[in-house]
This record gives sequence, structure tokens and C-alpha cells, in this order.
Amino acid sequence: MNSILILEQSLNGLQFGLMLFLMSAGLTLIFGIMDMINLAHGSLYMIGAYLVATFTSACESFWMGLFFGVIGTFLIGSMLELTVLRRFYSRDHLSQVIGTFSIMLICNEVVRLIWGSQPLTLNPPESLSGPVELFSGFYYPAFGLCIIFFGLAVALLLFIAITKTKLGMQVRAGASNREMALAMGVNVQRIFTLLFGIGAALCGIAGGMLGPVLAVQVGMGESILILAFVVVVIGGIGSVRGAFVGALIVGVIDTASRTLIPLLFKTVMAPEVASNAASALASIMIYVLMAAVLFFKPRGLFPTHGY
Amino acid sequence: MNLNIKAKVIFLGLFFALSSTYSQTKIGMKVGLISTLSGPGAGLGVDIRDGFELAVKLGDGKLGGLPVEVIVADDQASPDLGRQAAERMVKQDKVDFMTGIVFSNVMLAVGAPTFQSKTFYISANSGPSQYAGEQCNPFFFSASYQNDNIHEAAGQVVTQKGFQNVAVIAPNYPAGKDALNGFKRFYKGSIALEILPGLNQLNFGSEIAQLRASKADAVYIFLPGGMGINFIKQFVSAGLSKDMTLIGPGFSGDEDVIKAVGEPMLGMFNTTQWAHDMDNVANKKFVVAFEKEYGRLPTLYAAQGYDAAQLIGSAVRDSKAKLEDKSVVRSALMAAKFDSVRGYFKFNTNHFPIQNYYLRIVTKDTNGRVTNRLVGGPVLKNHGDVYASNCKMRD
Repeated sequence: MNSILILEQSLNGLQFGLMLFLMSAGLTLIFGIMDMINLAHGSLYMIGAYLVATFTSACESFWMGLFFGVIGTFLIGSMLELTVLRRFYSRDHLSQVIGTFSIMLICNEVVRLIWGSQPLTLNPPESLSGPVELFSGFYYPAFGLCIIFFGLAVALLLFIAITKTKLGMQVRAGASNREMALAMGVNVQRIFTLLFGIGAALCGIAGGMLGPVLAVQVGMGESILILAFVVVVIGGIGSVRGAFVGALIVGVIDTASRTLIPLLFKTVMAPEVASNAASALASIMIYVLMAAVLFFKPRGLFPTHGY
Repeated sequence: MNLNIKAKVIFLGLFFALSSTYSQTKIGMKVGLISTLSGPGAGLGVDIRDGFELAVKLGDGKLGGLPVEVIVADDQASPDLGRQAAERMVKQDKVDFMTGIVFSNVMLAVGAPTFQSKTFYISANSGPSQYAGEQCNPFFFSASYQNDNIHEAAGQVVTQKGFQNVAVIAPNYPAGKDALNGFKRFYKGSIALEILPGLNQLNFGSEIAQLRASKADAVYIFLPGGMGINFIKQFVSAGLSKDMTLIGPGFSGDEDVIKAVGEPMLGMFNTTQWAHDMDNVANKKFVVAFEKEYGRLPTLYAAQGYDAAQLIGSAVRDSKAKLEDKSVVRSALMAAKFDSVRGYFKFNTNHFPIQNYYLRIVTKDTNGRVTNRLVGGPVLKNHGDVYASNCKMRD
């Protein structure tokens, strides 16, 4: 155990947490304002990653690929809302879960049809593929730092947009009391479509940035969607600030427990047994955290609903 | 009336004659190929399938003189899906041979229903230690290796190169455990760190942080397919490649990984039972045909798929296509009279190969292409596995 290991893992946690925030920001708003459980949110993350990978190889530039990929995901997200999802708003949660779950399955198969079932390779830009020496003797992947900066920048933009703009005000009003916002003459239809598009674009950014670190493959959205829901529940449904704090907590706890628990277990048992037990315990940790938060603050860390 | 009876007798006679010849020699056969065709391990399964189908294609749709229908299923690296596919193939499709599985955890799930139905399984990759020792089975033949073997060769190389403090990483599943056992059997130095990440884990941030803290002088990785691609990329981008030598089995340094990672792979040592630049007639024919058909260099998975098809072909030919007679087919398989692309090949008593293992290095070839080159003679010669002595093969 040394300080470099802890520092490196904190940066890894921050990196993962910020990407998780991009996923859950859209999810929490859709959940909070539209009262809509959207299981297809993970599919938008997958579609984003595939579009970024495709545009990157077409333009031969990661940044161009990211730009067009995110715009593409924005359009697909908006289209999805306009054509299908808006019909679910008035339904109960069970219909929404079944409906969006089937959209998720359809998305997986469509992606498989278009791109095949083998993962795509998406490489970070050449200039960022190496390490950066942060201080003497400590190297960190340049692209990892880039993800952190990008995540922080998007979070800041989102924060400004929500607290300082008229649209943001309407969104906040909708999150805390939908009926009242409606009664005050907010054009909810338009906001819903826009919000959904923005949520999709954020997914696209997360998919595009995590694509080179993980893999661009069918079903990549499902595992991260579950974590995003945990973040939404911890942070408080409808609260972007809550999603930010929740995502960072989940990111850091998840990464730390995946390193520290195996190290701890290895001191008392054989590596093989330790690996089995530790990986099981590490993946439980965030759910333990969620249960603890719900026990003390049943409506999440930053509850927004007025009732 | 009389005539009518006569006709019936003739008809019945003909019918029996036909049906009895049918049961003796078949007019065609079916091979069930279950492999991993989606997810991070997809590259491996695709290569096994392509290698196998190439052998069928070169034989004009026949193996050992019999027209063959290859039924392909995707196990998605899941033991449950693999088992379902296997049950469908042996019960509904009534295949004559099974092959294709990439991952040993899937293999161990598929084994039971396959052996119960008395269908021969010819492994084109997975060679779990379980089936090499006490659970060895008259219906299981490995046309690839026993899981430990390639890692034993790697352990030998790492010791010869003088590394004393090596970190090892292998996924937490049966073949990962075989890998670590095999490596440690021949590696004489100390283990700086031993990590077993989950199978098909893709983010190695935690492992890389631990590696950096371990101060190992080399790291041995058994990370097949997408795992290896991601690990090597992240290893290089974290700046660890400057401090540690990366060594792997052929799985972690083959063309699928090279294609995705590229130049950072240069100089990586890896051990294998086959190389695309191996100098024998069968291999030259295979490599040229594979490149022509698919437009890429074959991996060892493709070579194993191709050899599995050749082995099946030789058994069909030598058993005179009497596929119902299991013991005849078994002796024909055991004789292994085919020209393996790896040169010398024969079966041990446990139906696993006795063969040579070699060292490869990733370099640039004369065309400037990043690829593997064979280094020197065999690292391990006429090498079997340690489990064979525990195998009491019942016929």
C-alpha cells in the first residue's frame, strides 16, 4: 500500500464517476420531470459509442468523430422521444419499464445487424495515447486526464445551464412540481423533447469517451445503466446536483473497493479464493452504500420533489 | 395376388438393404460448431469458425470424403447458452462431431451432455485440466493443447531470460487457473503479484495501479481477446511499458490483438504451439489460403480450427465413414493421421496432444507489417501434460 496507488485509484474513481454523471444527469431529469423510467437510456450510451467509433474512422479524427457522434445521438434521442417515448408518459411505471426494456432489446439487435456482433475498436487520439508525468515518478494516461477535464467541463456547463438560463429554470420548476409548472404555462412538450435529446447527447459523450477505455460492443449500456440508476437513487430523483455528488461517490467507492478489498483479502487467504470473495464483495459495496443512503435519507441526498 | 406379395417382398428386401447400408456408411455428416461469436471474445470464436470452414471449403464441402454440414451456434461466452446449444445439437440435429468452444468454463458445461450422447468433441481451443486428468473422457479429443502447456513454455522462457520478480495476471475461470499453474510449474523466480480479474473484464485501472506498486521487472498476462487488447493499451498509456517487460502466451500476442493495438506491441514475447511462419507444407498452404479467403493473417485459433477439421476428416476417412461405430472412429481419431499445420503432432493416452512449443516475438516483417516471427527451435519438445498419469481412459 502506498500513496501513488491511492492517488492513481482516486483519479480512476474520479474519471469513472464523471462519466457516470454524464449518464445519470439525463436519466435523473427524465425520471424526475417526466416521471418516466427509461431503461433504454443505456442503449443511447451504446448508440453514442458506435456512432463516435463510426464517425471517427470515417473522419480519421477522434474529435470530429466525437462531435458528429454526439450530434447523431442527440438526434436519435429526440426522434425516439417524438415517435415512441412520449406515448409512455401517461402510463404507469410497469408499462414504461416493459416498453423501454423492449426498446433496449430492439436497439441491441439493430446495432448487431448494422455493425455485427464483434466489438469495434475505438482508439484515443494519437497525441493522448501515451502517459503524462504528473509529478516526478508518477505517470497517468493522458486520455484519462482528458476524460476528467471533459467531464468537469460538461458538468460545469450543465450547472450553468440549469441555474442561470430560462430553460434551466423551467426544467427545475418541472422537477420540483410538474403540475404547477404546467399550470404556469411552461411548454412541457418542447422541453421534454429537448431534455431527452440533451440526455442522449450526454450519453453519447460518455459512450465516446469511455469507448477507447472499455470496448464498443453490443450490450455495453446495460451494466452501466444499473449503476446510473443507483446514482439517481442516491442523489435524489430529479436532482442534477445530487447526480453529480452521487456519481462521484459511486465512482470512487466502486474503484476503491475493487482495489482495496482484494489487497485486504490477499493478506489472509490464497489469491484464488481472495479473488472470488473480493470481487463478489466489491460489487456489493455500492448497493450497500445505496441501502445506507436510503435508510438515512429515503429520498436521496438532494431531494427535489415538492411533495 | 402372388405377384403382389412378390413385389412386397422385393420392396421390403430393398428397404432393409437400403436401411442397413445407411446405418453402416453415411452419405453425409453434421458437425456442431459452438463458439463465442459476440462480445470481447468474439475475435477468437470467429477465427476458429473461419479456420474450420476453410478446411471444409478446401475439401470442396467434404471432410474425409463425406459431404459435411457445419451447424454454427454462438455461446456468447456463457456456459448456460453453450449447454443449451449443445443439447439442441446432439438431440435435435444429431450431429456426428462437436467442436469450436473458446472458453474452458463453457467447455466444462458442454462436456456432460455431449459425452452422454456419445458424440465426439474435438477441441479447437479449450483444453481444461479437468478433462486431461481424472475426468478424461473417451469422447473428448483436444486438437489444440492442454491449457497449462503454453504457459509452461512461457514460464520456461521467462526463467531463461533471467527475470526474477514477475507479476502474473489471468482471468478468474478454469483456464486462468490452469494458466497460473502451468506458468508457475516452469518459472523459478518469485511472484511479485498475482491478480485474477473477472473473465471479460475490460477496465484494468485497478490492476495497473497494483502493478505499478508491485515494482515487478516483468508482467505475464494471460488475457484472451478483448481483455488483452484493452490491457495492453492501458498498460502502454499508463507508461508502465517503460519499466516492465510484457510477456504472454500466444493468446495475448496474436494477430487479433496486434491488429487492434499495433506498434506498442513491438518486442513482445509470446509462446505457442504454432506460428504463421512455421516452415512446413501444410502450414504454407493454410496461411496462403486463409489470407486469400479472409484478407487477414490467421491466428492460432484459426490454425486450431483448421486442424480440428483436418483431424475429423482423417477420422472419417480412416473409419471408412462408419460413424456409428464409435470405437472405430475413436481409434481413427487417436491415430491422428493428418498433416497438422504445426508439424509434429500426436495424441497422448488422455487424448491431449504431445507436441512442440515455440517462442514468437512481435516484430515488423519485410513489408513493414507488425506481426509475429518465430524465434529459434522449440522451447519444449515432445511435450505432453502432467495430468495424463491421472487419466484412466475407459473405452
